[in-house]
Amino acid sequence: MAFPDRIERTVEIAHPPAEVWAALTTAEGLSAWFGQEASIDLRPGGSAWMKWDSGHTADMRVERVEEPTVFGFTWHIYGLPEDDPRRTYVEFTLEPAGAGTRLTVVESGFAQLSEDAHRAAYDGNTRGWASELGELADYLDAAA
Amino acid sequence: MPPPEAEAIAEQVFVALADPSRRAILAALAAGGPATATDLAGRLPITRQAIAKHLALLAEAGLVMAEPGERRRVRYRLRSAPMQVAQQFLAALARDWDGPLDALKGHLEQQVR
Repeated sequence: MAFPDRIERTVEIAHPPAEVWAALTTAEGLSAWFGQEASIDLRPGGSAWMKWDSGHTADMRVERVEEPTVFGFTWHIYGLPEDDPRRTYVEFTLEPAGAGTRLTVVESGFAQLSEDAHRAAYDGNTRGWASELGELADYLDAAA
Repeated sequence: MPPPEAEAIAEQVFVALADPSRRAILAALAAGGPATATDLAGRLPITRQAIAKHLALLAEAGLVMAEPGERRRVRYRLRSAPMQVAQQFLAALARDWDGPLDALKGHLEQQVR
């Protein structure tokens, strides 16, 4: 198995970096193509969110703001419980390409391991005993 | 690269889920909470013997945990930690950037310049 820790895409957009930057980093821009509603406090450590009509919400934490070339944020890993501390990091890089922009998005951190997972990996001994004692009790129950 | 133990944990989850009987057992534990092999045999169209065999395998893989229940019967409890590791891998596969990036291009192209 080789699952990706990072996802990367590059697209060529026929608009200059300043316009792409506005679409990525303003509430008006984000709500026009990504979420249906958006809010953003554009500074490192600032919070941002997007909402969809489905009721889904994405809470983001702004990490890098280097106008108009790098915009980075972290967000929750979709599908994990709300209190899970793991987050993926999303970074947009904008490079001028002729009259347009080469936009690269990298999302990384899918394969990080939580404390829980470490415990899951290393509590094998306890588990083995619990399971053997279980079989004994089952056997005694069946014989009774 | 993902840590090898994460790969191993996720693999055990996916192997467990590939079997319809084990899927049914895990689903029953998720839906109804800890249960004994006998409880599960009463609820699922699987023999108690087969359930006991699957539970032993699931316990060995760390996906369920045996614990003492009432009247010295062993109850099995679903362990969520391995499922969360597998969920991370699924999250990478489920993440759609192609759709949003197409939407971004579409949005900028329809803007009046």
